[in-house]
Amino acid sequence: MAKIATREAYGQALAEFGEVYKDIVVLDADLSKSTRTEIFKKKFPERFFNIGIAEQDLMATAAGLATCGKIPFASTFAIFAAGRAYDQVRNSIGYPHLNVKIGASHAGVSIGEDGASHQMLEDIALMRVIPGMVVLSPSDAASTYECVRLAIEHEGPVYIRLGRLGVEEIYKKGELKLELGKGIVLQKGTDVGILATGLMVHEAIKAAKMLQDEGFSVYLVDMPCIKPIDIDLILDVAKVTGCIVTAEEHNILGGFGSAVSEVLIQNYPVPVKMVGVNDEFGRSGKPEDVLKYYKLTADEIVNKAKEVMKMKK
Amino acid sequence: MDRAKELELKKIATEIRKSIIIQTASAGSGHPGGSLSGVEILTYLYFVEMNIDPKNPKDPDRDRFVLSKGHASPLLYAVLAEKGFISKEELKGFRQIYSNLQGHPDMKKVPGVEMSTGSLGQGLSVANGMALAGKLDGKNYRVYVLLGDGEIQEGQIWEAAMTAAHYKLDNLTAFLDHNGLQIDGKITEVMSPEPVDEKFKAFGWHVIKIDGHDFNQIEKAVNEAKTIKGKPTIIIAETVKGKGVSFMENEVGWHGTAPNKEQAQKALEELQKQLESLEVQG
Repeated sequence: MAKIATREAYGQALAEFGEVYKDIVVLDADLSKSTRTEIFKKKFPERFFNIGIAEQDLMATAAGLATCGKIPFASTFAIFAAGRAYDQVRNSIGYPHLNVKIGASHAGVSIGEDGASHQMLEDIALMRVIPGMVVLSPSDAASTYECVRLAIEHEGPVYIRLGRLGVEEIYKKGELKLELGKGIVLQKGTDVGILATGLMVHEAIKAAKMLQDEGFSVYLVDMPCIKPIDIDLILDVAKVTGCIVTAEEHNILGGFGSAVSEVLIQNYPVPVKMVGVNDEFGRSGKPEDVLKYYKLTADEIVNKAKEVMKMKK
Repeated sequence: MDRAKELELKKIATEIRKSIIIQTASAGSGHPGGSLSGVEILTYLYFVEMNIDPKNPKDPDRDRFVLSKGHASPLLYAVLAEKGFISKEELKGFRQIYSNLQGHPDMKKVPGVEMSTGSLGQGLSVANGMALAGKLDGKNYRVYVLLGDGEIQEGQIWEAAMTAAHYKLDNLTAFLDHNGLQIDGKITEVMSPEPVDEKFKAFGWHVIKIDGHDFNQIEKAVNEAKTIKGKPTIIIAETVKGKGVSFMENEVGWHGTAPNKEQAQKALEELQKQLESLEVQG
């Protein structure tokens, strides 16, 4: 099966939705070949603006376009979108709650060889604390398409976290229908809950299979919507299984696991183990090697699942 | 500009200066110095130039103004009140917890505020976005932005300067409130951006230099900007920080300090005298 990166699906989705939504404009900061906004640019050159290597300007220009009724998709690497231009995203987009969509590609360590300076592991944390910011993290091509649709239909700022690495299909395009604030139950089970987002959904699927082969019953959930988060679903998993593992390609501090834990601790505390990068910067290497180095693997999810099951009261 | 018109604008400008003093004094905080320096520029834009309607503040064809130096909010609020976007009564709430008049302008709270600003260096990019949208939609509106001269130390200003020239945004006019002072002292001593005119020229802008307190020069520059095709215009306006209040003029300390009761009274008396002298002339 052909693998498709979520950034590729993002570029395709923009080009497709651009036909229907004439107010969509796409901005990039000299990375249109990498973010794949090039696909939109070729189809709608008059609605594409390259801002050059200037991410602060990129975000605030998008804000200005939004004040005039446009639906701007400001696209660049996650490290620049959430990092370098944080103040612009907070003050020119988040604070006035403008209708800007941020397409942040090359998130996480799986960008690979470029190393720590380009491996964004803090963006979920940074974006989800901006009041009113929606944070989406699709796991495959179909869910990326749906995330772009949700972003267009939602009035307000949206951050979409995308990956560089090609990933297998989990869902069939056209069959998947995402809702803002809702997770996707991949299977129900009673021994342990695994909640994963983005690239790590693929490892979570493998981990669930491995655990089942050992006789455990796994409640497996894909969480493309990190904010608003699916509180009801998280609580259901906690009540049914009594313990949870989260998996994300992000620093375990402040990210998806933290978001899940915030829900649990305030409503229905159960033990949680988090799979993610353990408060470290990334390093260069082949994407697969880097993922293994930081234990962003199915094996690690299985280990953590076994640990957390022992913590159950 | 005929004399009667100029006199009328001068009176409005003086009322706006009074309002700046009253707002900052009643709040006990705020930025009087850089608000007073931009008074003539905004007075001209709002009372002569811009196509805006307080009854229809979201008209898609309206001209836009972005206060990039958002700390000059008392100036913008005073102008919006004078123009009828907000009530003059509301001005008393400036910076108070129950009021919509935030320390720096919030577009979601105050009609007529086109962009929430306050973090310096971002307004020019936003204005570019508005100008790009205007071109895309074939609209004839113009976009105005007021920059502080200290503010242009922010790198994003130069990113935006490139973008405006690159996309040939001739529907955009920037004003530089060149009063020469920032919080820590003279801009040339803190971090000199000079020569500002040559820098903007080098970035591909049409540059006009004027006295920013002279309505005739402001009018001439704004009209000249409208004739320039294929590039954005910046009007470098030489101004005096604290203009109109003798003890505030060119004093760096009045950047972000509100006058106390006695100081406010003294300032208001001075401004009232200026107003009366204008009445005599009129």
